[in-house]
Amino acid sequence: MSVATPSVRSLSGLVARPGTASTAVSAPVKIDVDRMNFYYGAKRALDGISIQIRANLVTAFIGPSGCGKSTFLRSLNRMNDIIPGTRVEGTVLIDGQDIYTPGVDVVELRRRVGMVFQKSNPFPKSIFENVAYGLRINNMARSKAELNDRVEESLRQAAIFDEVKDRLHESALALSGGQQQRLCIARALAIRPEILLMDEPASALDPIATQRIEELIYDLKKTYTIVIVTHNMQQAARVSDHTAFFWLGRLVEYDRTDRIFTAPAEKLTEDYVTGRCG
Amino acid sequence: MHTRRLEWIIERALFVCAALSVLTTAGIILVLAVETFEFLREVPVAEFLTGTEWTPLFATPRFGVLPLVAGTLLVSAIAMVVALPMGLLSAIYLSEYAPDGVRRIVKPVLEVLAGVPTVVYGYFALMFVTPLLQRVFPQMSGFNALSPGIVMGIMILPLVSSLSEDAMRAVPRGLREGAYALGATRMQTALQIVVPAAFSGITAAFILAVSRAVGETMIVAIAAGQQPRLTANPFVPLETMTAYIVQVSLGDTPQGTLEYRTIFAVGMLLFLMTFGLNLVSTWLRERFREVYS
Repeated sequence: MSVATPSVRSLSGLVARPGTASTAVSAPVKIDVDRMNFYYGAKRALDGISIQIRANLVTAFIGPSGCGKSTFLRSLNRMNDIIPGTRVEGTVLIDGQDIYTPGVDVVELRRRVGMVFQKSNPFPKSIFENVAYGLRINNMARSKAELNDRVEESLRQAAIFDEVKDRLHESALALSGGQQQRLCIARALAIRPEILLMDEPASALDPIATQRIEELIYDLKKTYTIVIVTHNMQQAARVSDHTAFFWLGRLVEYDRTDRIFTAPAEKLTEDYVTGRCG
Repeated sequence: MHTRRLEWIIERALFVCAALSVLTTAGIILVLAVETFEFLREVPVAEFLTGTEWTPLFATPRFGVLPLVAGTLLVSAIAMVVALPMGLLSAIYLSEYAPDGVRRIVKPVLEVLAGVPTVVYGYFALMFVTPLLQRVFPQMSGFNALSPGIVMGIMILPLVSSLSEDAMRAVPRGLREGAYALGATRMQTALQIVVPAAFSGITAAFILAVSRAVGETMIVAIAAGQQPRLTANPFVPLETMTAYIVQVSLGDTPQGTLEYRTIFAVGMLLFLMTFGLNLVSTWLRERFREVYS
């Protein structure tokens, strides 16, 4: 199987094709990645990734397991820094600023680029304290009242407030899997990031909980730029505006979601989305 | 036929081996209980547990165990004041900060401390730490609670740090990532997320260490003195429960006398204390395992 070069054609489909003036094309660039390589030790896990992710849209990363999509997602808030022996080449600009230049405050970066993980990971604290934690460590609430307001607002945004409002001070670990994941979303939203990275946020959930998360993503894109990794192609088709297809550490194709699923430019993409490979 | 008989013999032999250790334990407890019962027939329980004077070898013997219990608790408390913060901090370092290479070297080295014979620690306390401390506290006597307490803290340090580190490393990486993703620093993640999440495991480690300290014999027998004394003063000689048992065991107390039986009564009390602590520790660790496995 030959691997396509990072798809110039499809990038141009988004970047330089003035005829298709959809919201997708006119939205400003939020994340601009140029020829980025990523290494685990000596092993190159990402190879020459160039992509422009646009503000206030949902961008989905699809591809088979081990194709690098999660690694790439985690490099957007430098979460890979905590894994020893990892290294990045190339540039990753967020709002025009390179996040990998020396002197970048990683704590500040992660405050702006929030993350929701595949496996829900509430802290062993109360529901309230889970959401309040980010506000506390970043000194984002000046008073008790403000803290309460921000927690409630975040829980409402994550569509979980009504389910937990009577037990805010009970342990978060007592919630169901779907509720825990929405709590983690609320926790990420509380510190008002600009970008929300979601790493297969619904893969461990039942269909009803998944549907709630997907509806939530749809609501959240008004306020946030969302990047979501998913194994589930129906999900990518349902929730995203743009889709990037990764294969063996390369970005094969990146285009409007409807085009990726109906008229992909690359044979490999077509084979993958129709289930013939991967 | 032949192999089946051999199987049968092997099976029985293994059973006997296993049963032997259980029976030995049961036997020890039985002897302790019988001798304690004999002792308590002559000395009322209330006097034993609440009396403030312990002079069983005097002409007018008194059997109040509190001075020995207080001595044990004082030395153990000093040991924990040393071992708790140092053990926890080194566990935090090893689990959250140390690169793999450093951890691979430091952890075994720390555990070597646990392999030093306690008699060596005892003389270390008596001959080195006590004179050193006397320069700072001239009023301190040659036998005291402070010096063996500090040395005992160093002795149980590896236990605290190693078990605490195990508990902290068992905290799923996802929790740390959750904190980092909110803009937490390494220190905030370690102290506010990992330590609370590992709390029951860390507590279990501490309790196990207290239990070791309470039962430790050699260091206190050598460096703390042999004067039962109800005091919280760490500078004067005192006697712990274990040191008393050593003292009587080494002497020429005739078997079957009341003086002889005191060591079983004190031993029984000591056993109940450490057994209780171990139970709490095990229970906490089991609970911890339930939450994060």
